[in-house]
Amino acid sequence: MTETTAQRKETSMLARAFDSDIWHSFKSSPITMLAAFIVLVMTLAALFAPWIAPMNPFDPAQVYLMNANIPPRWLNGGDPQFLLGTDDQGRDLYSAILYGLRVSIFIGLIGVAIACTLGVTLGLVAGYIGGRVDSLIMRIADVQLTFPAILIALLIDGIVRGLLKSAAREDIAFGVLVVSIGLAFWVQYARTVRGSTLVEKGRDYIQAARLVGLPAPLIMIRHVLPNVIGPVLVILTINVGLAIITEATLSFLGVGLPPTQPSLGTLISIGNRYLFSGDWWIVTFPGITLALFVLSINLLGDWLRDALNPKLQ
Amino acid sequence: MLAFILRRLAQSVAVLLSVAIIAFAMFRFVGDPVNQIVSLDTPAEQVEQVRKDLGLDKPVYIQFVRYIGNALQGDFGQSYQFRQPVTKLLAERAPATLELALMSALFSLLVGIPMGVYTALYRDGFGARLFQAVSLIGVSLPTFLIGILLIYLFSVHLGWLPSFGRGQVVKITENWTTGLLTISGIKALILPAITLGLFQMTLIMRLVRAEMLEVMRTDYIKFARARGLKTRAINFGHALKNTLVPVITIAGLQLGSIIAFAIITETVFQWPGMGVLFLKAVQNVDIPIMAAYLMMIAALFVLINLFVDLLYAAVDPRLRATIRES
Repeated sequence: MTETTAQRKETSMLARAFDSDIWHSFKSSPITMLAAFIVLVMTLAALFAPWIAPMNPFDPAQVYLMNANIPPRWLNGGDPQFLLGTDDQGRDLYSAILYGLRVSIFIGLIGVAIACTLGVTLGLVAGYIGGRVDSLIMRIADVQLTFPAILIALLIDGIVRGLLKSAAREDIAFGVLVVSIGLAFWVQYARTVRGSTLVEKGRDYIQAARLVGLPAPLIMIRHVLPNVIGPVLVILTINVGLAIITEATLSFLGVGLPPTQPSLGTLISIGNRYLFSGDWWIVTFPGITLALFVLSINLLGDWLRDALNPKLQ
Repeated sequence: MLAFILRRLAQSVAVLLSVAIIAFAMFRFVGDPVNQIVSLDTPAEQVEQVRKDLGLDKPVYIQFVRYIGNALQGDFGQSYQFRQPVTKLLAERAPATLELALMSALFSLLVGIPMGVYTALYRDGFGARLFQAVSLIGVSLPTFLIGILLIYLFSVHLGWLPSFGRGQVVKITENWTTGLLTISGIKALILPAITLGLFQMTLIMRLVRAEMLEVMRTDYIKFARARGLKTRAINFGHALKNTLVPVITIAGLQLGSIIAFAIITETVFQWPGMGVLFLKAVQNVDIPIMAAYLMMIAALFVLINLFVDLLYAAVDPRLRATIRES
């Protein structure tokens, strides 16, 4: 029974918090504001990469192998044309990072969107319908939870590789990646939503909606969903960071994106090969970009979790 | 109590069975196992013979039973890439991975627990805040990036430690090698172990901190203070002791994921372990290795989980009471 009241507080808290409390706690935390600023600037830079970047690193006509491995501008041998130097194929590193960040963010967002949609849907169905459907979905979740997400993503990648001809792989690498991330991260959403749905199901307004004769899918979407979505927001934020790390890791391991459409992870992987010859910038700048972006997102997620937690207020 | 043990055992078997179904489905339906064994110019009747030898002409459920039967005897078939039994390949590489995993678990405990205690005791001090900030950065940095960073600093820049391989290893038994007995082996182990253990270390630090703060608020700590015990005796004799039970549990549960996460660390440091073997299998669609690795990790998780649960029930009288009621 205590859990029920806690849940009720949390959901109504969310609605009210968006009016003032959240904004207030946001303003009183300089680190959170800085993190939000970084996320905003980097997202915008990634979004407008084609207009900001000095060159398009994906356009073979603009890339010259002769320019390969040039150090950053302020070092000996630097070229004023290339702010952060170039990579092994003569691509301007600054432009490649902007485009890579764009790919990373894009994959992170779509992957998390898939995970969230799948997880929330299954959680709603499991919690609302209950019975065998519930135990089936939750058993699958339990089994999956025994494996780290990165392992699931690797397995899915391997299975898809086995099912497809090698020529088709490069074209759908992007799709495979987002689906693997989606399938690797859905469990947390499903468990959270199922828990809140079980609580909401017993409420009077749901009973009333049933008595009126509304079909179950409509009740789930229109009445249950808005009341269970609060905690999902927190998981969503933290998961975007995790998904970007997962993508970078998979690309680093060589099962993510092909080198022709590099993400930050691919760039780091390329740079890693030149670390020993002293060309440190190829790995350093994409690495810093990735770490800074994920750190900022995690700071935002931490703050959001505390701000939405009624116990801490 | 017996009912509880039996129920937990049944659950474990169910989990393992469902993972086995996935592993079998991968083996049977992702690509044709026969095509991987025969060459392009093998005559048709020979292909049929191979199919019969593998038992692939039988109904699917009989194949599944056979697959499980073989797996229970440690036979996961032949690797497509290496043309060798999967079990042998995994066994050859197991010592490297286990050594790495144990060392990083040890590292995360030996560093994480003191850091957690420190941040809990002096939680507003400068050092505690620094540790907290560092732990957040540690969580945000992907494992491979930490590895690259350490390699750059300690191998390329300072030249103190090797950046790849296991160094010199000593053969203990027929298929067990260790790097712990040679200087170069220990040197080679340091960077990978830190890389792999760093994430667990931050996790343990945060956990110890939270548990310590919780315990310090309880009545028996206040009572110990009232009795006039020394602060040191209270902190370490009373508080830390009660903190360690959940910490050891989590550390035990994490051991499985350390082994799985070793895939990344092993790749960065070219460590000749099972993780690299699995990654190669994913890249080259070597399904038997993928399936066997999946089963192995699942079995490991289930065993550790089962062990922890039973240990808990044996140790904690409160838990025993709830089991009896239900």
